[in-house]
Amino acid sequence: MTDANPSFESADQITDRHTDGDARTRLRRRYAAEFRFKIMGAAAVAVAALFLVGLLSTIVGQAIPAFRANFLQLSVDLSPGNIDPADAKRADYDKIVRTALLAMFPHVTSRQERRAVRGLVSTGSGNLLRRAVASDASILGGTLEYSVPVDDFVDLYLKGLLAERSQYAQLDSTATPSATNGSASLTLDGPALYQLVRSSGHGQTSEDGSIRLTSGEPSYLLEINGGVAKLQEISAEVASVDIYRPLQSAVASGGMQVRVIEAPEAERKISDREIVWIDRLKDDGLIQNHWNTIFFSGGASREPELAGIWGAVVGSTLTMLVTLVLSFPVGVSAAIYLEEFAPKNRWTRLIEVNINNLAAVPSIVFGLLGLAVFLNWFALPRSAPLVGGMVLALMTLPTIIIASRAAIRAVPPSIREAALGIGASKVQTVFHHVLPLAMPGILTGTIIGMAQALGETAPLLMIGMVAFIVDIPGGFTDAATVLPVQVFMWADFPEPGFQQKTAAAILILLGFLVMMNALAVFLRKRFERRW
Amino acid sequence: MRNSILSMTVVAVAIAASSGFAVARDQIKIVGSSTVFPFTTAVAEKFGQTGDKTPVVESTGTGGGMKLFCQGVGEGTPDFTNASRAIKEKELKTCMDNGVTPIQIKVGFDGIVLANSKSGKPLELTKAQIFLALAKEVPGADGKLIANPNKMWSDIDALLPNAKIEVLGPPPTSGTRDAFVELAMEGGAKKFESLAAMRKADKKAFKKVAHAMREDGAFIEAGENDNLIVQKLEANPNAFGIFGFSFLDQNADKLQGARIDGEFPTFEKIAAGDYGVSRSLFIYAKKEHVGVIPGMEEFIIEYTSDNAWGPDGYLADKGLIPLPDAERESQAKDARSLKPVSM
Repeated sequence: MTDANPSFESADQITDRHTDGDARTRLRRRYAAEFRFKIMGAAAVAVAALFLVGLLSTIVGQAIPAFRANFLQLSVDLSPGNIDPADAKRADYDKIVRTALLAMFPHVTSRQERRAVRGLVSTGSGNLLRRAVASDASILGGTLEYSVPVDDFVDLYLKGLLAERSQYAQLDSTATPSATNGSASLTLDGPALYQLVRSSGHGQTSEDGSIRLTSGEPSYLLEINGGVAKLQEISAEVASVDIYRPLQSAVASGGMQVRVIEAPEAERKISDREIVWIDRLKDDGLIQNHWNTIFFSGGASREPELAGIWGAVVGSTLTMLVTLVLSFPVGVSAAIYLEEFAPKNRWTRLIEVNINNLAAVPSIVFGLLGLAVFLNWFALPRSAPLVGGMVLALMTLPTIIIASRAAIRAVPPSIREAALGIGASKVQTVFHHVLPLAMPGILTGTIIGMAQALGETAPLLMIGMVAFIVDIPGGFTDAATVLPVQVFMWADFPEPGFQQKTAAAILILLGFLVMMNALAVFLRKRFERRW
Repeated sequence: MRNSILSMTVVAVAIAASSGFAVARDQIKIVGSSTVFPFTTAVAEKFGQTGDKTPVVESTGTGGGMKLFCQGVGEGTPDFTNASRAIKEKELKTCMDNGVTPIQIKVGFDGIVLANSKSGKPLELTKAQIFLALAKEVPGADGKLIANPNKMWSDIDALLPNAKIEVLGPPPTSGTRDAFVELAMEGGAKKFESLAAMRKADKKAFKKVAHAMREDGAFIEAGENDNLIVQKLEANPNAFGIFGFSFLDQNADKLQGARIDGEFPTFEKIAAGDYGVSRSLFIYAKKEHVGVIPGMEEFIIEYTSDNAWGPDGYLADKGLIPLPDAERESQAKDARSLKPVSM
């Protein structure tokens, strides 16, 4: 070691075990191991992030259609002839909506068609109008432009979610219709349309070469003379059609647009006639797509277009309030007593073990307890947020106690000693010094427990909160449901419109959770103190 | 800060306490079958729109609902229960012992379908073939029971498609599963001589054989959620699913029902009683609560109105298959006159 500054270039001369060739190999290996570990760690984070992004984008992608809805603007007649201003509640609002709707389709006469027209708007439209009148009687007396939600399948069609693929073709051949409404025949001067149908292979060809299209075949809609007709049967010279939107005239037309809907009518939840009507209303600007206020302000419903999340949000809020009010003071008090005051003996150890075990008890067990004690013994009402909150508080307590004890234990003993040293009593020490310092940890534990409680459905099953409840709860003893239950129930309904609602409800639940967490972070920041 | 939290707590407790506990109930409570749930909720919603409080409907399953319903009379017990089968003698006895007089209302039919994705091949089966495809044990060549050897549909009958048997269905807790094993599996098992003889000799043993579904992967329990089964069928054109007719009806653009004993599961065929795998749905009202809980009679009237359960009513839109006209009339008459159930 004569050289004061040994360099690696002269390594061959030095036989130090920290710098020789083996050492370098070892070093390289250690760096490689570190590098590998970092890569794997980054990969793990990336995979987790990928799953999260995948999950969230699926939910958000599904939920977006539910946040907007299509509404049909109607001119409803609220004159005294229809509604007696003295007794507005009793009027037949369904009939008023029906009359306004049928007035938009003067060519519709048959009973079946009238039924189809009525089916364009939600069955709850009359009820919505009744409520509008009840909340503002000044709209009575004249004609009012009132927007009602469209039927769920119409809404899905307008959002492009109903199986329906269309192809358009422009034909230049001339056609002469025999009538402007009802069933008619078209005299064709060229075989273009016939060839189009024939080449597609749709329909049944009879011996004379004419092709018949049934409801089990793709639909051909012909736009001609400002109207729309559906092709029923076609030969090279003549086509028989059903007119769904009256033609403006019966003169020979120079050309027509053909729209082919691949999905057969029999397999769709929306008929060709309805598609034609909806498209016309949309073109006339009578159907508007706006923010779905019903979803954000309504209670549960069996009709997807009328279903709202507000009832569940209120139910969740009430339940969480009860849970917090019960579990936070009790949990923190228990933690303070066990940590600061209780003697360390066999009994406190037993209690400690039991609390830790309680934290691992499946949540449904708390539901059974709630059923046996709160409902059967205390005779509290079924389906009430009060009972739900009590059950969830029991479930949350162990989490809060364990977290609070850890937080209290983490406060340095020097703080206690200093307080006691200047003459504070034990209670003063705990409440003036230890508790404020432990508060951030306690709040973190509380929020973890509350977040868990927010997502629970199993314990609520037993006490009747997994139920269909339309009315928005007004208090702690009203029947209510909670957000995760609403998600669960919507996921189970057969109507396809509920699929988007389910995803949207999940987003609302996540939003609720984020807000609860944000509140906790805010409170924690206020209490945080460094030493 | 601490003080404000404390005061908030006090206020919240005060609110909770002041809202009162045992207030007289002015809201109808309904429990019972998850199959009838979608229909009863629709009626409840309509009923609520007329001004009364909307009834609370819980889905507890038929058996669970009966238990709650027959528990006794009083505000703490439900007023109606939904059932996807008629009340059992034992349940009726419990009810009577507890002073409960149930009024039975048969509300309609429900079909159980075997369906697959539109992109898959359509299937035509007999009940015996369903049994051969899905039973855990089937009669072998000598009539003795052997573990189900059928892997492909074509193993059962050469005319069936040459595809793996893969059927998704509900778990045993589900009423749909109960009805499926009773109607389709038992119906199929009866077609085998050895099993028919067994049925005569020992009904319990027969039921055990007929109700046992395969556990080797050909029958997959897919959970109570029928929507999940529908989604899985879309993803896998070779798989079939077992679920209630209303799901087939609502997803007619994606799914096709298999023909069973020559009949397609359609609204008309089930209503006419031609489709073999269908059952009756009921609601039971508590006679003692009529006049005590407001709205009981009105709710019965709403449920049994043609606007609700008629062929063009809103329940038909939800997938309930209506009773024939004459039966609907007699059921409505009995229900409205509060005629108690008789065995």
